[in-house]
Amino acid sequence: MDWLPATVRAKRLRAPNSVSLLLENTIGEYQAGQHVDVRLVAEDGYEALRSYSIASAPGSAELELLIERLPDGEVSPFLADELQPGETLEIRGPIGGHFTWTRSDRRPIALIAGGSGIAPLMSMVRQRSAAPDPALPALLLYSARDWSHMAFAAELESLAAIDMSFSFVATTTREPARRPGDFDRRIDVEMLSAVLASRGDRRELACFICGATGFVETAATALVKLGVPAEAVKTERYGGV
Amino acid sequence: MVTRGFTGRRVGPETAARLPPGQHATQDFPVLSASPTPQIDLGDWKFTLKQGSRPIASWSWLEFNQLPRTVWTGDIHCVTAWSKFDTTWEGVSIDDLLAAAGVGELTPFVLAESYGGYSTNVPTADLVGGKAMVATMYGGRPLPAQHGGPSRLLVPHLYFWKSAKWCNGLKFTARDEAGFWELRGYHMRGDPWKEQRYSGDR
Repeated sequence: MDWLPATVRAKRLRAPNSVSLLLENTIGEYQAGQHVDVRLVAEDGYEALRSYSIASAPGSAELELLIERLPDGEVSPFLADELQPGETLEIRGPIGGHFTWTRSDRRPIALIAGGSGIAPLMSMVRQRSAAPDPALPALLLYSARDWSHMAFAAELESLAAIDMSFSFVATTTREPARRPGDFDRRIDVEMLSAVLASRGDRRELACFICGATGFVETAATALVKLGVPAEAVKTERYGGV
Repeated sequence: MVTRGFTGRRVGPETAARLPPGQHATQDFPVLSASPTPQIDLGDWKFTLKQGSRPIASWSWLEFNQLPRTVWTGDIHCVTAWSKFDTTWEGVSIDDLLAAAGVGELTPFVLAESYGGYSTNVPTADLVGGKAMVATMYGGRPLPAQHGGPSRLLVPHLYFWKSAKWCNGLKFTARDEAGFWELRGYHMRGDPWKEQRYSGDR
């Protein structure tokens, strides 16, 4: 797979610690949930390589990568703070053929995001909402420390407002719940049971979980405990610096 | 192509020499897996050697723990570009496993199989000669479930997706049959020193 130059078209502040890079899409077609590798090269040839999920919907004009600035990071502070629109980095992809969703999957969807784990799920939400389908309901349960740290919250609220078949439930771990139906604690089996109560037969769901390791373990174990078949639960974990 | 303004964080020459191309060292042990962690009861655990679909030998957890043990300390490399140095694993080497079953290198390829349905293909030559084990201990303690416990394959000289978590068997195959990630765009062999991350990489 070749490295392709991609110019930064714009940057957007998504949360106090997260910035989106909107890149020229030089990789072509991809599926919701896939990621790209990003390569940075210093003057002396030193290279740093990282993987970032794609947050934009397939077919959109630009490739959106959500960069969470990790305090000790080598790459994320550079991407978030120093790299400017008009500058170019190298990407390759799309990568990953498992944690993906396409419209041909006719099962109701449950998406569970922790923090910056929203990125690949956002691609799925955006793709689905571009042509909402009442026969294909989707639920997003999104956990963040507070609303300001919930990247894409405003967009998600407006998508849920116009599309009755899309539900957006937030849980804030360090701030009281803001809306009816939201939560304000870490994700647990009772919370998942409550949000899945109205989702029909759990054996028919397609579930995607993305977040930090502990979050993903908790959510995946709870879903299986609640009767979702393990093979219907796809997971992706964020880590690395 | 140089990324304007990027300097990066340099590591000492000793660390640099231990890092395959494109990798960086991490102190933590990130967890990557595609599905929920399987709940495995040691009373039900079974490890099976197969030639094609034909079982050749199998061990219960108690039987498996009677086999000769091997300890290995060294570096591991994940395809997502982190490497972790000086990790210590204990388990049963594939050489000892084959010896216990009374068989040799039955075919040139192996498909490692796991609880939960994961699989990965490894050339037999990469498993024998002291190169690989079925690990049940990490850092002197039982291997935690999220890192693949009770038992995972350990093939540390290849990218770590080859070290199948929750491994419950090795199947000798006549052909090199792609496993879970290999069917989804990842390299058939996965040598980090040749940077064989994705299909099409050298």
